[in-house]
This record gives sequence, C-alpha cells and structure tokens, in this order.
Amino acid sequence: MSEEAASPALAIASSGLTKRFHGQLAVDHIDLAVPRGAVYGFLGPNGSGKTTTIRMLLGLAYPTSGTASLLGVPMPGGTTSVLSRVGSLVEGPAFYPYLSGWDNLARYDAADRSASSKSAAARIGQALERVGLTAAAKKRYRNYSLGMKQRLAIAAGLLRPRELIILDEPTNGLDPQGTREVRALVRQIAAEGITVFVSSHLLAEVEQVCSHVGVMRVGKLVFQGSLPELRRTGAARITVRTADVAAAAKVFGKLGLTDTAQGADELTAELGDAEPELICAELVHAGVGVRGLSVESPSLEELFVGLTGEGFDVDH
Amino acid sequence: MSTISQAEVPAGGATEGREPVAYVRGNLRFFLNELRLVFFRRRNQLLLAVVVLFPLLIGIGLKLAAPRSHGGEGGGGGPASGGAAFFNQIAGNGVFLTFIALSLLLILVLPVVMAVISGDSVAGEAGYGTLRYLLTVPAGRTRLLAVKYLTIVVWAVTATFIVSVVALLVGVILFPVGPVTLLSGTTVSLGAGLVRVLLVTLYVCAAMAALGAIGLAVSTFTEHAIGAIAAVMILVVASEVVDQIPQFAPVAPYLPTHWWNSFDSLLRTPVDTTTLWHGLLSFGVYAAVFCAIAWARFTSGDVTS
Repeated sequence: MSEEAASPALAIASSGLTKRFHGQLAVDHIDLAVPRGAVYGFLGPNGSGKTTTIRMLLGLAYPTSGTASLLGVPMPGGTTSVLSRVGSLVEGPAFYPYLSGWDNLARYDAADRSASSKSAAARIGQALERVGLTAAAKKRYRNYSLGMKQRLAIAAGLLRPRELIILDEPTNGLDPQGTREVRALVRQIAAEGITVFVSSHLLAEVEQVCSHVGVMRVGKLVFQGSLPELRRTGAARITVRTADVAAAAKVFGKLGLTDTAQGADELTAELGDAEPELICAELVHAGVGVRGLSVESPSLEELFVGLTGEGFDVDH
Repeated sequence: MSTISQAEVPAGGATEGREPVAYVRGNLRFFLNELRLVFFRRRNQLLLAVVVLFPLLIGIGLKLAAPRSHGGEGGGGGPASGGAAFFNQIAGNGVFLTFIALSLLLILVLPVVMAVISGDSVAGEAGYGTLRYLLTVPAGRTRLLAVKYLTIVVWAVTATFIVSVVALLVGVILFPVGPVTLLSGTTVSLGAGLVRVLLVTLYVCAAMAALGAIGLAVSTFTEHAIGAIAAVMILVVASEVVDQIPQFAPVAPYLPTHWWNSFDSLLRTPVDTTTLWHGLLSFGVYAAVFCAIAWARFTSGDVTS
C-alpha cells in the first residue's frame, strides 16, 4: 500500500487501480484522490469504467492490480470495518419487490451487525422521512414509481450516520422533477459535511453540485481536480473578423499565437498569455481592417466532450 | 435533518462496549430477519401448504384402498422395493402413515421444496440486485452465507416435520392406533413407536439439510434463481436414476440420494445402525463439501449482479 493510497485526509484514494475482464481493461491504473468534505463528480460516458471502479471501492469486485482505500482503510480487506460508515447506491436501486418500503429498509438494517435493534424503528422512520417516503412506507416496493425507488435507495444509504456517500448514477431514468429532488438531497447531505462521490454520464447534472470532478475515458482517469482547475484547462481562443485574413495571420505569427485557423473572413488562434487589447492594437498598427474581435473560453460541456470524446466515438 | 447522525452516536458507542453480547445479538437479528423473509414470502408459504396437502391425500387414498388391503399398488409405482415394505402395515397402524408419507415425498416433493429455497438463496438475491446492497451494508460474505445455510436447515426441518406431523395426525384419525408392529415382526409400545417416528423424521431432516447445502453451492454460481433450482432438481433426478441402474452399483453408495430411504432401518429390531451411520456420514460429507464450495466461490468471486 503506497502512502497516498491510505491517507486519512482523503475519503477515497486509489493507486494504480486496475480491473481486467477477460483480457479487456475495464479500469486502467486510476489514481483517485477524493478529499474529505468534497462533492466529487465522477464523470464519464457509459461504459467508461465508472461502475466497475465503484464496485472495487466497495469491495464488491476485486481489483486485478493496484490498491484502494475508503476513509483511510484499505479495501477490500477493510470491508466489514469501514463500510458501515459509507452509504452507497450502486447501479440503481435494488429491493425485494414483495416487501414494503419499511420492511425493505428493515432488511438492510438487520444485516448491519453494528446497528442496534432497539433504535431500528427510529432509524428507518427518520431515513424514510428524510427522502419524503413516510406516507409510502407500508406500500409494497413493486408499486413504487421510479423516483420513489431511487429515493428509497438513498434512504437505505442514510440509515446510519455516514462519513461518505457513494452514488452511482443517482438520477438515471428520473424525470426533471426527480432529478431536482435528488440534487437537493445531495446538497443537503454535503451541507452536513459528508463527503459525496457521485458518478454520472451527464456533466450538467454534477456541475451545479460538485466541488471536484474526475473524468473517465475508456477506463482511464483523464482529468481530476476542482471545477476551476477543469475550467483552466480550456484554452481561450481569439477570433478576428477581417477582410484581410492573410495580413492578420502575419500579425498573429509575429505575436507568437499558436493553433491558428483561417476562415473566409475570420481568423482564430489560441490566446495563451497574450493580451487581446495588445493584439487588437498590433492588428490596427499593421493596417489590418478589424471588423470584429472576440475572445471565447470553452464551456465546461465542451471541455468534458473534449476529454471524453463525442457521444458516438467507438473507443472499444 | 442532522438529527439522525446525532441520535445514532450513543447507540453505536454502547454497542462497542458490549462486544460479545452485541456480536451474538447482531447475528441473531440478521438470522431472524432472514427467517422472516423466507417464511413470510407468499410463494414459500404455498410450498409449505403443498407439503401439508400431500400426507393428507396419501392418507385418504390409502384409507379408500384399505379394504382391498394390498397397498403395494396404492403407491402408484413408487419405491417398489425397500421403501414399500411398510405399505401393508398401514391398515394395522396409523403411525405407519408417517413412514409412507416421508418415503413418497422424498421422491419429488421434498426435494423440490428444498431446491426452491436453497437454489433461490443466493441467486435470488443476486437476481434482485439486493446482494450488492447486503454486501455493502456490510453483511459480510461469510456471515451472509452462514445465515443463508442456517435458514435452509430450519426450512428443511420445518418441511420434514410438517410431513411427519400431518401424516401422524391423519393416520391417527383414519386408521387404528396401538402398539407398533415393526417390519422385523417384533411389536413395540406406541410410545416407543413414536420415538422411532421422531428419529426417522430427524434422519430425513439431515438428508434434506445436505441437499440444501448442494442447492446453496449451486446458487452461488448464478444470478438466475430458476436455473439454480432446476439444476438441483436435475441432480436429484439423475442421482435417483443412476441409483436404480444395477451397472452403477459400485458408485451408488456415493450418490447424494442413495441413503435417503435408509430410514427403514429404524423400523426393525435390532436397528441396523451401520446403514444409518453410513447415511448420516454421507449427508455430513455432502453438507461439508458443498458448504465449502459455496464459501470458496462466494468469498472469492466478484459480485457483478
């Protein structure tokens, strides 16, 4: 176990975590570092290895190589000692369809050897209330709507006091109303100081709630850091609209701008450290007729797509 | 909203103070919950209802056939040898209905009832996806398996005793009851006869618990409960068929079903204890080996359901 993989300052840490299925790498040497108290968005298209990673973190699957730790405890060895402090939702809710919501939570609660039976009713009642399912507590799970099922799964994750909550695609299949509810719950959980690790294939979903993001692509962690750090990776571009593209290109070359692209009446380049005002002055000085000048930073969405590839890229 | 975390802290702290008591209590709680889950499930209750129904039907059928006496044909092509030995005794003593019911239900009904519960035990959880949540609770893989097998054993005992008790009641109501004439010709008191009923029932419980271990092991290899259940049934039927083929006589004693009907040794004096111990040894070995297979598989494999 390497030093950083067991650091108590990190809620989740992994080092070279790898999972191979039948010769194919599902997760390829990823080094996760989720600080305590963070809301960490684990992003990536479907099939990029997010769920497999989460299964390894939770001790459901064993890594082919590499190490992982939760709250400073190595996994999967520490399963029984650390998982009672971790709530999780993995690949959608799963309950016994023939039991009521209450009985379903009682089932998971009874399986927890560290929970006392005396306070079980209070625990279950509070967890249901928290996700707004008190009225449906006695209803059979098979009659729950998709949103209710999802909320019941979150309630199960909140049965005990947690230090870390891992949510795998918590809004999958939910309508906008349900999505908003889940987002509000995530905010609420985070406000209590609980570390939240939430996976999604939609950037928009985590952008509003996350402090940190990790981006997966074909089993590799291609970016990890805070949201401002992710924004900074996007290079701003300057665009000049002019009739004299060739002359403008000469000025750009002189100023050392890279990655220039010419259009019929416009020219763009990576801005880098250059001052847009200076570029404008230089253009005018060189006698280039400037019709318009703009500087644009890529949106998070564009950065995300840049990292993960377009939706229909066949990576495998 | 943060009341949950606050309310829980003292409870958690207190549990840690009484480690052994809390340990036992925590495991007992999970076991009782599992029993509730199995015994309160409608499907399983229907299975037990079927188990109640069969001794009833057999009793009534034999009563209707009794005047013509030769009960051998009443078995409907059941165990022609060995097990059928006590069919003729029913007219003389209602207690024999328990032995008849057990030997007839051992052919198919009890194995099905065991296959459903044991085949469903882990595969069913995997199929619903509840397995991954139980393991992240964390229930503990070995602990979960232990609770599953104990529940299967309780189920085996319940189903077998239902057969015995219902058959005994029906036998007492429909047929004369008195001192029991054993297969060897000796007569023992009704009390001693009932003790033999109890021992026979316990022997069948052991046989079914061993079958349950096979079901548990099969169940850890799939997430389709119905597949596991079918596999256990195929195994039982295959074993019964092979057991009937003379050419396979050398392997017969090692078949999982071979010793099931050997309880008739208890109906003779002196009791043929060698056969009984062979049977119990076979059940013990089957239970141990298949529990070990289940454990090895379940604790080393990825849960992908």
